Amino acid sequence: MTEATVARFEHRRTTAESIQHFLHRFPTMVPVIVLIVSVAGFALAAPNFMSAFNLSLILQQVAVVGTLAAAQSLVILTAGIDLSVSAVMVLCSVIMGKLAVEMGVPVPIAIAAGIAAGLGTGWVNGTLVTRLRLPPFITTLGTLNIFIALVYYLSGRNTIRSQDIDASAPLLKLFGQNFRLGGFVITYGVLLMLAVFAVLYVALNMTAWGKRVYAIGDDAEAAALAGIRVNRVLLSVYVTAGLICGLAAWSSIGRVGSVSPTSFVEANLESITAVVIGGISLFGGRGSIAAPLIGAIIVGVFNSGLRLMGVDVLWQLFATGWLIIIAVAVDQWIRKIAS
Amino acid sequence: MTQNVLEARGLTKRYGRVTALDGCDFDLRPGEILAVIGDNGAGKSTLIKALSGAIQPDEGEIRLDGRPAHFASPLAARQSGIETVYQTLALSPALSISDNMFMGREIRREDLLGRWFGILDRARMDRIAREKLSELGLLTIQNIGQRVETLSGGQRQGVAVARAAAFGSKVVILDEPTAALGVKESRKVLDLILDVRARGLPIVLISHNMPHVFEIADRIHVHRLGRRLCLIDPKQHSMSDAVAYMTGAKVPEEVLAA
Repeated sequence: MTEATVARFEHRRTTAESIQHFLHRFPTMVPVIVLIVSVAGFALAAPNFMSAFNLSLILQQVAVVGTLAAAQSLVILTAGIDLSVSAVMVLCSVIMGKLAVEMGVPVPIAIAAGIAAGLGTGWVNGTLVTRLRLPPFITTLGTLNIFIALVYYLSGRNTIRSQDIDASAPLLKLFGQNFRLGGFVITYGVLLMLAVFAVLYVALNMTAWGKRVYAIGDDAEAAALAGIRVNRVLLSVYVTAGLICGLAAWSSIGRVGSVSPTSFVEANLESITAVVIGGISLFGGRGSIAAPLIGAIIVGVFNSGLRLMGVDVLWQLFATGWLIIIAVAVDQWIRKIAS
Repeated sequence: MTQNVLEARGLTKRYGRVTALDGCDFDLRPGEILAVIGDNGAGKSTLIKALSGAIQPDEGEIRLDGRPAHFASPLAARQSGIETVYQTLALSPALSISDNMFMGREIRREDLLGRWFGILDRARMDRIAREKLSELGLLTIQNIGQRVETLSGGQRQGVAVARAAAFGSKVVILDEPTAALGVKESRKVLDLILDVRARGLPIVLISHNMPHVFEIADRIHVHRLGRRLCLIDPKQHSMSDAVAYMTGAKVPEEVLAA
């Protein structure tokens, strides 16, 4: 077919447009660049920031929220949101602690029961979303409160002390243990987080399930018409998220040392923050699973860097707030090309 | 007379007090392009949804190759060999062409990785997708890994039609395939539909565009007030006749046998 040229609308791309196109093709580069720039900045500004000890500490500090962010991003990829992740995690850790320390149940069984509870909460969330067709935001806002109530009921508002765990159930603290790699101190909790992301990366990019998760997040109606059993996949996503929260619960006991019903209150929003800063779209269907890992590390880097510079804690929140807003603004700017 | 591929007798569907289908008949012969035309609200979409399994009729019977068929879902109709290209195309813009073609029926690797972990056979899916697209002359699409959102409207339609033609073994249903397209792209899609027919697949074409219908349809099913008013031969009737039948301005005299 020959085409007579009617009009030509070409123009030289400006630098900004070239960057825009590059980032549109490789959206994960945004958080990667932010991470590199912020690490470089704090390396110059904050004493000891680049020490192996400090870098290890940052990873240890983001391990629990990072694992939760993996669960959160699965749900967000389907254009949903899970406000109950932190409550589920605390619920699972309370179940593990109560069974193992207070009731003398064999520790592996207590841990299995806690993880099973995570699966169960995911099943409840997923069933409410798919069967009753409630919006995920409302569903998980409801179950957030219900699960917190269960946490208080089961724990009697009491903290299980670190010494008691050491005495009767040290396996609960497995993910707090560490090994040395050169000057770096790596906890098993960090390895767990990396393993969760690695498994999700394979599942999302190389299996039919992953393609379906993205398709549903992109356009659930189109996915259903194309023959995907949308409800079945959605349910599996919430159950998987619950499972990851259960693993995060085990990891959190190692990180904190004790089991407290009032711990990790802010982990919900921190997990969403990591996902957003990483660049996964809240509208679903877009973004790499590597994104929330990078997002969580960026928040950790800012917190650590500002603290080492001796800046008041309030400025950490201030910086995180701006990071969220800038991340979403950049995301919108990049996406202008697609429309 | 040859066996009809797909036929329906007395299909009725009510939504509350509204009767969308009122004892509707339908016949599709092997290898033909059957156009379905009708005014807005005549019940065309309801008919198509019943044939493609998206809704279940209250009464009546659907027969595929002469055997009674009950489609509980679009998936059931697809598994029986009826592929539908919806007006919305049912594509996922953020996924690649290849991913879209295999959406919902991805191919796994045959080794242990595929059987135990469900790892996909990307190379094979890409190869089949490329084959199917070039069979239908959609060679302009260069990169099978390209995201669908980067394609033009006509190219997207092409991917959706190619997907249906690749997997539909009995019938392909096309809902308004040219409605959103410009002249040149419409042309390509019409050629694509003729290509699909040339491969022996019968096609149900729902369209408002009379020139397109009269150009490529072998027979025209005129739908009015929830049922088939008549079946006409586009060579014996004019476009204005068809529009007149559709709107009730004129009553057809001689009608084609089903």
